[in-house]
Amino acid sequence: MPSLRTNGFVRFENVQKTYDGRSLVVKALNLSIGRGEFLTLLGPSGSGKTTTLMMLAGFESATSGEIFLDDELINNIPPHKRGLGMVFQNYALFPHMTVADNIAFPLRVRAIGKAETTERVRQALDMVRMSNFEGRKPAQLSGGQQQRIALARALVFEPKLLLMDEPLGALDKQLREHMQFEIKHLHERLGITIVYVTHDQSEALTMSDRIAVFNDGRIQQLAAPSDLYEKPDNSFVAQFIGENNRLRGVTRALNNGRAEVEMRGGVIVPALAVKAAVGEPTQISIRPERVSLEPQNSEINLEGTVAEVIYLGDHIRIRMQVFDDENFIVKLSNGSARRDFAVGESLRVGWSVEDGRALDV
Amino acid sequence: MKTIANLLLATAATLAFTAAAARAEQITVVSWGGAYTKAQTEAYQKPWMAKTGNSIVSADYNGGLAEVKSQVQSGNVTWDIIDVEPSEAVSGCNDGLFEKLDLTKLPKGADGSDAKADFVPGALLDCAVGTIAYANIFGYDSTKFPGAKPAKLADFFDLKTFPGKRGMKKESKVNLEMALMADGVAAADVYKVLATKEGVERAFKKLESIKSSVVWWEAGAQPPQLLASGEVTMTTAYNGRLFTPMVTEGKPFVIVWDGQQQVFDMWAILKGSKKKDVAMDFISFSTSTQPLADQAKYIPYGPTRKSSAPLVGKFMDGKTDMAPNMPTNPANMGNSLVQSVSFWSEHYDELNERFVSWIGK
Amino acid sequence: MTAVELGTEGLERRLARAERRGKLRAFLLVAPLLAFVLLSFAMPILTLVRQAAYNTLVSANLPETTALIADWKVDAPVPEPLCEALVREMHAAKEVDPAIPSRIATFVNRERAGSLSRVKQVANADIKAPYCAGLAALHDDWAQPDIWRALKIVAPSFSPRFFLQALDFRLQADGSIRSQDSNEALHLMLFRRTLLVAAGVTLACALLGFPVAYLLAHVSLRVSNMLLIIVLLPFWTSLLVRTTAWIALLQQNGVVNDTLVALHIIGEKGRLEMMYNMFATLVVMTHVLLPFMILPLFSVMKGINPNFTRAALSLGATPSTAFWKVYFPQTIPGLGAGCLLVFILAVGYYITPALVGGQSGQLISNIIAFHMQKTLNWPLAAAIGTILLAGVLLLYWLYSRLVGIDKMKLG
Repeated sequence: MPSLRTNGFVRFENVQKTYDGRSLVVKALNLSIGRGEFLTLLGPSGSGKTTTLMMLAGFESATSGEIFLDDELINNIPPHKRGLGMVFQNYALFPHMTVADNIAFPLRVRAIGKAETTERVRQALDMVRMSNFEGRKPAQLSGGQQQRIALARALVFEPKLLLMDEPLGALDKQLREHMQFEIKHLHERLGITIVYVTHDQSEALTMSDRIAVFNDGRIQQLAAPSDLYEKPDNSFVAQFIGENNRLRGVTRALNNGRAEVEMRGGVIVPALAVKAAVGEPTQISIRPERVSLEPQNSEINLEGTVAEVIYLGDHIRIRMQVFDDENFIVKLSNGSARRDFAVGESLRVGWSVEDGRALDV
Repeated sequence: MKTIANLLLATAATLAFTAAAARAEQITVVSWGGAYTKAQTEAYQKPWMAKTGNSIVSADYNGGLAEVKSQVQSGNVTWDIIDVEPSEAVSGCNDGLFEKLDLTKLPKGADGSDAKADFVPGALLDCAVGTIAYANIFGYDSTKFPGAKPAKLADFFDLKTFPGKRGMKKESKVNLEMALMADGVAAADVYKVLATKEGVERAFKKLESIKSSVVWWEAGAQPPQLLASGEVTMTTAYNGRLFTPMVTEGKPFVIVWDGQQQVFDMWAILKGSKKKDVAMDFISFSTSTQPLADQAKYIPYGPTRKSSAPLVGKFMDGKTDMAPNMPTNPANMGNSLVQSVSFWSEHYDELNERFVSWIGK
Repeated sequence: MTAVELGTEGLERRLARAERRGKLRAFLLVAPLLAFVLLSFAMPILTLVRQAAYNTLVSANLPETTALIADWKVDAPVPEPLCEALVREMHAAKEVDPAIPSRIATFVNRERAGSLSRVKQVANADIKAPYCAGLAALHDDWAQPDIWRALKIVAPSFSPRFFLQALDFRLQADGSIRSQDSNEALHLMLFRRTLLVAAGVTLACALLGFPVAYLLAHVSLRVSNMLLIIVLLPFWTSLLVRTTAWIALLQQNGVVNDTLVALHIIGEKGRLEMMYNMFATLVVMTHVLLPFMILPLFSVMKGINPNFTRAALSLGATPSTAFWKVYFPQTIPGLGAGCLLVFILAVGYYITPALVGGQSGQLISNIIAFHMQKTLNWPLAAAIGTILLAGVLLLYWLYSRLVGIDKMKLG
């Protein structure tokens, strides 16, 4: 996979976008997407991810900068000549055409022969396991079925690149998870390059080779899902992906990649220095499942007070107060020795220094 | 004691007043609105109200008997008197929409002549009493004919000597008679000729000779507008409609009286009117010598009583003599025709169908 | 098995009962509206049709005459009992209401011009036996068959003659039908012209309204609201003001001609004739009816997700293919509704064409108004109106067959 990533099948170089001439929606975007890669643009609404996708599709023009597709500059190529497949939010199946006509549409506009069109429509329907639905109108299909047809339509003309704009947003949770796997498997089978936009982090984590986390018009971090979760570069990413405990303090010293962070009351807590500078405020980010209770032989051993205990079957969530943070969460596996905690009880918490990342505030 | 006496007195006075008010009647008079209704209000309504203490509610309509018919048929008669043209007076009378009038109640003329003899022929019908006569004349814009001026009815049909478009009312009446008279039929023979098949052909043939140059008008306000805008050089019109812009705005219009066709406006009482006697009293008053002469102060329409003619004075501007502008002025009566009600009541359906069908071809 | 079936039936019955209660409640809720619609809409239409085909004026007032004249052969001499019945019953009718003889006379006169005074005379004259000779003495017309034939035509209570007349046919006394003389044949020509004008106006509205609606649907809300007000402006102006404004624009010395002359595009002699002809009718009616096209189109276009066009483009369609194959078909419900609305309204318009259309401005509705207002020939007006209504309903039916009425969107 990494070898695919290097040749830069799609490249954004210093791309900027503004709608009103005052504020930038996309700021100095540099992004390289490898052939065959499944790349997700993840971020809250208004972060610039959809605009980036629309610029790639050609429905929005870049205010400055260059976009390359397969080493060809595509800034001035109109959307219908870019040869990209696209799946839209709410699918955008043409309501006045049957399923077969919808799928045949990209073939007909390319003046592909009748027999071949029929054959390829059949294959596309097979691919999404929707044979026997040719004659239906989109309104007669369920959301999941419409999604499959939209996918078949976007793939039937064998595009170089498939763009997907929040394609699962309208489905219920169970169907969504099911479709995530289907799309992932399709990607693996066809080896097509996919650029996928979503605001749902679990969707992004499930499907992607790499994820570009957008915020405020910038890519905050571009990394594989596990890196994104385990090694967030900044507090936005740490916060946006998964659950996260934050302890605020001031960096007093840095040595060997370690930051000595002074908490309220003068307690020094060591952490992995990711984005920390001496004398500056910082924030230690710790994933809840990395915290242990009543630690033995741990370099970090702090006191906390139980505020709330929630039983969740496979694990127990304990909300505690640690220093200022009243929402310090500890996830305890169901197999742990101790399971009876009382509110107000005082407990010791600890974690290994590498699991605490000193980030920007 | 004294206060009680005063109170009683006051009560008595109030009662007496109320009783008087109860005796005073109110009738609804319906007419054509605009300058014409204003003339009627000044000359008839106000003096009658002052004399009798009764009051009049004035209402406007646009001609036609549909409203009258529905009031009479539903038995909910809210109008008492209506100003109609002779053809409507006759067809309404035939249809039982108007009361038969007791013409012996009409007062003698100011010169002592009997009412029946004082009214001009045709002004007294079973159901209606004529008030004024207006004329269907033709007029031209004198600036358009610097040389010879149109003077005769035949000139209206002479496109060679007097080039330019002609305005004509989109209506069979008036035009057919006009065509025959322009073709040399004497006024007295017009209806005799028009009653024959050959006569009808002759009239249409004459009209056909100028058809391609005719601009058809519909409402009385249009002819002066057509002349003023230069759309036509010559147009038929109601004499009053050309008189007003000539006198008040100094427009260079000239009225040709040759072959004028007089039509009466008449009072009729709706069948089933609850104030029949009061309404008749108003009709008697308004069609007496002086009020008929007075109305000519406001609009150049000729009074139907011969005894009124000598009393006609100046226009309300105080300087224009009205007598020369009256359709009933002997100098204007050369070759004049009074529209025949009996002819049209028998032949209107037939000739109008022919006319409308001719106009559309 | 039986028990289960019984149970099911009991369940169905209970469901039906429960639903019946609901339906009854729903019906009671709409009952006032239903009554209102029946009273204000269905009743007048029924009255209209009845007015056109059924009239008892002659048959109720002259019952014996009606019976006798029905048996009279149109070529046979008029039998004495018929003359006697006519004279007697006309006098009797005059006693009931003096207006009846003249109303009957008007009826007869419509079939034979010049009969009005002849028929009225009968009620006033003192005629003794033998009656046929007495009538002939009154006027020679009574010795001729024509006036009796006219009377025979108008006597029955039910008669198709007004419908026939509305279609340029005349009912004859012997029951046969002849077509109207060509120089009096009027209605078919007017029907045709009315449909032509309405179709022209509909087409013009569609061609002009579509781009406007498209613009309205694709600009920001603030701008579209402002533009919508401009579109609706004609509604807020009185008919006459609007018409007069057009006259001022289009006439020979009007604004348009003056401008063209001033710009030397046309010469003083070559001023365009844009008023008092079909062109003026089309322009002014299009102006008035345009909102009825734009509003349904606008509402349909607003509901079309822009992603449809984007999807088509992304699938490789050129912008024009995307428009015609994907966008346009989705506007059909609005376009259809707009066309139907404009067409139906245009069919009924008559004041505007009468004022600006010159000799081409005479439409079928003018004739209806004319017979309502001027000749008081309400049955004929009703017959023409009924045919017009039937035509519109036919159109509606065609539309629902071709496009589907369930797909119509008015807004």
